[in-house]
This record gives sequence, C-alpha cells and structure tokens, in this order.
Amino acid sequence: MTTELVNPAPRQDNQDPALFGQTPSQTVGPFFHYGLPWKGGADLVGQSDMGARPELFPEEHYVLNLSPPRGAVAGETITLEGVVYDADGKPVPDAMIEIWQANAAGRYASPDDDRSNLPLDEGFIGFGRAATNESGLYRFKTVRPGPVPGPGDSAQAPHIAVSVFGRGVIKRLVTRIYFEDAAENASDPILALVPAERRDTLVAREIDGVWRFDIVLQGERETVFFDV
Amino acid sequence: MSLILPYAREDASQPPSLHPGYASTVARSPRQPLVRIPHTLTETTGPAGCWENLMGGALADLTAQHAGMPQGQRIIVSGRVLDEQGRPVPNAVMEIWQANAAGRYIHKKDQWDAPLDPNFTGAGRVVTDAEGRYRYVTVRPGAYPWGNHHNAWRPSHIHLSLLGPAFATRLITQMYFPDDPLIEIDPIANAVPMPFRQRMVSRFDIGTSQANWALGYLFDVVLRGREATPFEDDHDD
Ligand SMILES: [Fe+2]
Repeated sequence: MTTELVNPAPRQDNQDPALFGQTPSQTVGPFFHYGLPWKGGADLVGQSDMGARPELFPEEHYVLNLSPPRGAVAGETITLEGVVYDADGKPVPDAMIEIWQANAAGRYASPDDDRSNLPLDEGFIGFGRAATNESGLYRFKTVRPGPVPGPGDSAQAPHIAVSVFGRGVIKRLVTRIYFEDAAENASDPILALVPAERRDTLVAREIDGVWRFDIVLQGERETVFFDV
Repeated sequence: MSLILPYAREDASQPPSLHPGYASTVARSPRQPLVRIPHTLTETTGPAGCWENLMGGALADLTAQHAGMPQGQRIIVSGRVLDEQGRPVPNAVMEIWQANAAGRYIHKKDQWDAPLDPNFTGAGRVVTDAEGRYRYVTVRPGAYPWGNHHNAWRPSHIHLSLLGPAFATRLITQMYFPDDPLIEIDPIANAVPMPFRQRMVSRFDIGTSQANWALGYLFDVVLRGREATPFEDDHDD
C-alpha cells in the first residue's frame, strides 16, 4: 500500500457530467416579493393589481409586469381565497401560492393540450400567482374550470392545481382545489386515491359568494399534498 | 385520443420537506404522507409560450435598471435549461431575485444593517432560446446573516424560479458560488444530500468572462424529463 500526498479534489460542481440530473429544490425564502408576484398575477380575468405586495419594497424597485390587457373570458367568474396555516395554527404571511387550471370548457392553454375541438379564450391563460398577506390570506379571481380527462377513459372533476411555496417550505407542496357542489367529485379518479376521511381538505366551500380554501401545512386537518 | 407523456418523478437529490437544521421547516412541513397520483393532463400541461403575455418581456441586465451602476462585482451568469435526458428546454422562463453586493435585499422585512443600493433592485427574468440557453448580467450577491441559529450566515446565492413546459416541472431553487466556505455549513443548502448539493454550485468560467468588464459563471438547470414511453389515453378526442 502506498501513501500519496494529494491535494484535495477541486469542488465538484454543476458542470460535472458525473453529477448531471435534476436540480434540487430550495426554499423561496422570505424576500421574494419584489421578484415574483407581479401586479395582477392573481387576477386571471381582469385588470386589478391582485397578487403582489408592493408595500414591501420601494416603488422605484417595482420592475415586474403589470396585469396585461385581457379579452373576453367565457364562464363563471369566481373569487377564490384562503389562509395558509402552519403547525401551530398561525397564519403564514410569507407564502406564495400558484394555480394552474383549465378554462370553463375544460381546455388548458398549453401546447400539450391538443384537443382543438375545445375552445381557448384569448384572454385566459389559467396560470396565477399570489403572495399571502400579513394575515396569511391569498386571493385569486378566476373562472370556474370545466372537467378535464383523467387516466384511461375517466373524467376528472373540475379542479385547480395548486403549488405552495414559502419561507420554511424547502420543496414545493402540491395540492388541488375541488368544488363542493360538483357532482363529478364522487367519481374523480384522483380524489379516489385520497383516504376518504381526508378528502374534504381538498374541497373549496362557497361562503357568501367566495370560494374558500384554507391550506394547513401541518397538524389537525392537514391539507392533502400530492406526490407528483 | 390524447397522448399523456408522464414526467419522471423526483430523484434522490430532492431535499425532504422536513429538515430540522433549517428551523422554519419544522412547523411548515406536512406530517401526513404525500398521496402519489398519476400524471394527468393537469400535470403535463403548463403555460409555456405565454410568458410575454403573462409576465412581460425579458429583464436580463440587473445592472441597468436604475440611473447608475450598482456597487459590487459585475458578473455574467449563463447556461442552459435542460431536461434529465440532456435535451434543451426552450421557452422556459427563469425568474431571478437576489440580495445586493452587501448581502441586503430591497425588502422592508430585511432588517440586516448592510447598505441598500439605490441602483440595484435584484430582480430579473430571462426566457430560454431554442437551445435552452439563457444569459443575464448582475452583481455577485453578498453573504448575509439570518436568525436560524447563533452566528448563522447564508452563502452567496441567487434565487431562481423556473417555469418550464408543465405543472410537473415547476422548480424554485438557489444558485451558489464555487469556493464559498459557507455552503457546507448552511442548513438550507445542506437539506440537499451530497453529492447532489454540488448541482446547485455554479462554475467560474474564463470563457464567458469579458475582459475588463465582468466575470462569467456557468449554471445549467435540469428539469424533470419526460419518460420515454408514452401511454395512450382512451378518451375520444
Ligand atoms: Fe436569499
């Protein structure tokens, strides 16, 4: 056995082919507000400033987008809101919620949804982003989505896909919003994979004309999060 | 007939949601097991191609957003966005935000006593070209202290948000710098096991450095790839 004096190897890094693979997730941290949630990001149908927190940084440092002009959007306009809670039941004021959904006809504004027999709305993309406020509340204005196909020949009940980011959230949490009054929920193939006693954490309820969907990161009534 | 091409699942590099060394994860990570679901049209679609309409055009020079030049070491960060098979991901949007050269964020809740820079916001956005390439100009962010534990310091890092082709490929991460000793004692970076932590460390590159102007760093972002074999969905088109 020989003993060689060698220098420590240089650091392996991102360009090393031996390391090639998925880039790991990291937290969004607490200071994302001037970089991610743009004015209007939470208003998928109108021109409001919903979604941003411009009070958290000087006005001259707002470099993000303004809500773009939108065309007519078919379907029922809804307001969707909820509070993000931590394990102690405390609201989370530095979370960011993103939604992704089909339009009222059940079509995604995506090159990967090739069902050209279903209409697209010129003014509706179906992607939204909202920062939670100091009370942990997020709010979106959007349209109620139509049903979309599921695995095999199943149909999925109308739903909205949700990503949760935040300080202390090191990896995106994924959940879904279903609508309490949708008859299709009973036969939804994804809800069927969720233990029956936890399904109601995925269901928004209409209260005084607003669809309410709280997100509980941990503890009693913890929201169901998906491995996608 | 719609073709559903599922994406790969997360690999061993992805950190656990609960990493007690990073104290805020303790009350903000689920305790119930995740429910695994198949990829449906919801997960395999995304707003690719809509960025301009959604969030506006590129902001690729973070040193040119105000009247003067920001303080600090000017750098050029470039690279590619790829999938796990090494294929370019074109038309992906990378959103960028970071602290200034002193390690201070332009954010009211950042109370660290380091100077703000009126000429630096620290937010930008680039969209990848047909070869998956991106490039932006900024200043190297400073390290900063945080309250996680006594004498805790974050290594220099640039926050990155990637919106790729699908809901399934969404990624938020942080890019670190080579030869930064703080990486190995940072609980956030350390939530990612070795050797995968090194995937988040950029490489200094003299080739993309510009003489008398800026240092170059290379950083590729790898998003989840589509599995090789599609399966056909039975519903009628
Ligand atoms: Fe940071």
